Amino acid sequence: MTSLQSPPLSAEQAAPDSRALRLVRILLPVAVLAAGIALWELVVRLNNIPPYVLPAPVAVFRTLITDWPVLSQSLVTTLVTTLEGFIAAAIGGVALALLFNQSKWLEYSLFPYAVILQVTPVIAIAPLLLIYLPQHTAVVVCAWIVGFFPVLSNTTLGLNSVDRNLAGLFQLYGASRMQTLRYLKLPSALPFMLGGLRIAGGLSLIGAVVAEIAAGSAGAGSGLAYRIAESGYRLNIPRMFAALLLLSAAGIVIYGLLALTSHLVLRRWHESALGKEN
Amino acid sequence: MAEPAASSETSSGASSLAVSLRGVTKVYDNGLNALGPLDLDVRKGEFVSLLGPSGCGKSTALRLIAGLNAPTSGSVRVSHRAGHERARDSIGFVFQEPTLMPWANVRENVRLPLKLSHAPAVQASAHVGDALIRAGLAEFAEAYPRELSGGMKMRVSLARALVTDPDILLMDEPFAALDEITRFRLNNDLLSLWRNLRKTVIFVTHSVFESVYLSQRVVVMTPRPGRLGAEIAIDVAERGEEFRTSAEYAAYCREVSHALTPLQSGRPGS
Repeated sequence: MTSLQSPPLSAEQAAPDSRALRLVRILLPVAVLAAGIALWELVVRLNNIPPYVLPAPVAVFRTLITDWPVLSQSLVTTLVTTLEGFIAAAIGGVALALLFNQSKWLEYSLFPYAVILQVTPVIAIAPLLLIYLPQHTAVVVCAWIVGFFPVLSNTTLGLNSVDRNLAGLFQLYGASRMQTLRYLKLPSALPFMLGGLRIAGGLSLIGAVVAEIAAGSAGAGSGLAYRIAESGYRLNIPRMFAALLLLSAAGIVIYGLLALTSHLVLRRWHESALGKEN
Repeated sequence: MAEPAASSETSSGASSLAVSLRGVTKVYDNGLNALGPLDLDVRKGEFVSLLGPSGCGKSTALRLIAGLNAPTSGSVRVSHRAGHERARDSIGFVFQEPTLMPWANVRENVRLPLKLSHAPAVQASAHVGDALIRAGLAEFAEAYPRELSGGMKMRVSLARALVTDPDILLMDEPFAALDEITRFRLNNDLLSLWRNLRKTVIFVTHSVFESVYLSQRVVVMTPRPGRLGAEIAIDVAERGEEFRTSAEYAAYCREVSHALTPLQSGRPGS
């Protein structure tokens, strides 16, 4: 949520009406967007640029509406893939972190491979996966590969960030391993875990898109990334832009939902979710 | 480490001693010789302060009594009630920081020791309610730690230590981080709790005034490795704000300060 950091205030702004300030911070980017679109439209019209080179914004929106049946189906396909990859990443990341936390041997044995999986570009792995796995599975696995590492590493960090004195207290009262995990380690790790999930949401979308492009095959269940590739071959540039717009919107919505979830879960107690007045 | 067998025993029965340390030493893994050899007896129901310069091992001694660490050598004996299986069932511990779970409200924080020992829910709720009232927290049961002041957080920590009805209360500089006014109030509250509940209290502090005000006996420890430096009995019938401003109090403070000073000289930086 670093984007919400307020800029340094000058002396006369030191005691601003916070509602007016918030309004300005919403209106300013909207104004920039409107100006950008207007300029784009203007440039296209004044120079008579043909739509197969650069479509005007109005043309893109028109395509979005006329092609909605095709695009919406693709959007659903991509979203489902992303969701499957994200859920797999969330479960896999948290489960692995818990296993690593309980057994050092397991951590030493497997952690290097988690890192290797993370640092190898997924776009290079995708074609191989498509050879060995059914297409849909391969796409989900790609989304999982890019998504699970931030969940794993953040959760591991969180599980290791337990307050020492609290751990001593649990020891004093003879807490079992399960109790320590449930009442101490998991709540301590929750803010870190949610941070990891927030990153994983966006990455799952990227993983799904990369795999779809690598797969590049048509069919009923073809996602937005495939539509972009296909429209590119056909020089249907407005549709490329329309699909791109949808992908971008999907990414924003995913991030927003996860940020909101994180805020709702943590708002009562965690520093990151507290207002400035505290 | 080829030390004489370190033991951490418990004894139930008629002994009048709550805690007994014999030749206890603690050498940490990094070679730091933190404590001892230390001999210390604490009678049941007694209020004892461990006073000493920082780093003299008084917190270490407390952790050894609590069973949080094992002694390198020597024996730690903690008496416990017949119904209690282990020594730690009879011990309540208050840390220097409030050490609360930020994700849980006051009630859940106080309930924690009972939850960990699988106490029946109805009984636990009653105990939690009692502890909250005793610590003056009844109105704050649903508040979260971040919503409380430093003094209130410390009260929660105290309520949590009392909720298991322990015989022995171990307190590790619990009020050191509080402002003086709050500390005075908590000192008085602690004294009335001690009078009413008759717990054994071992109170670690680096404040001469606090140790004299609170305890029946002040144990002055030497700089690291901490040993018994001097013992001063504070023989007062009535403790309260009047005692705090009396000549008797000032005299005791002077005596304890004098006992502390020669132990410190020649050991700079401790």
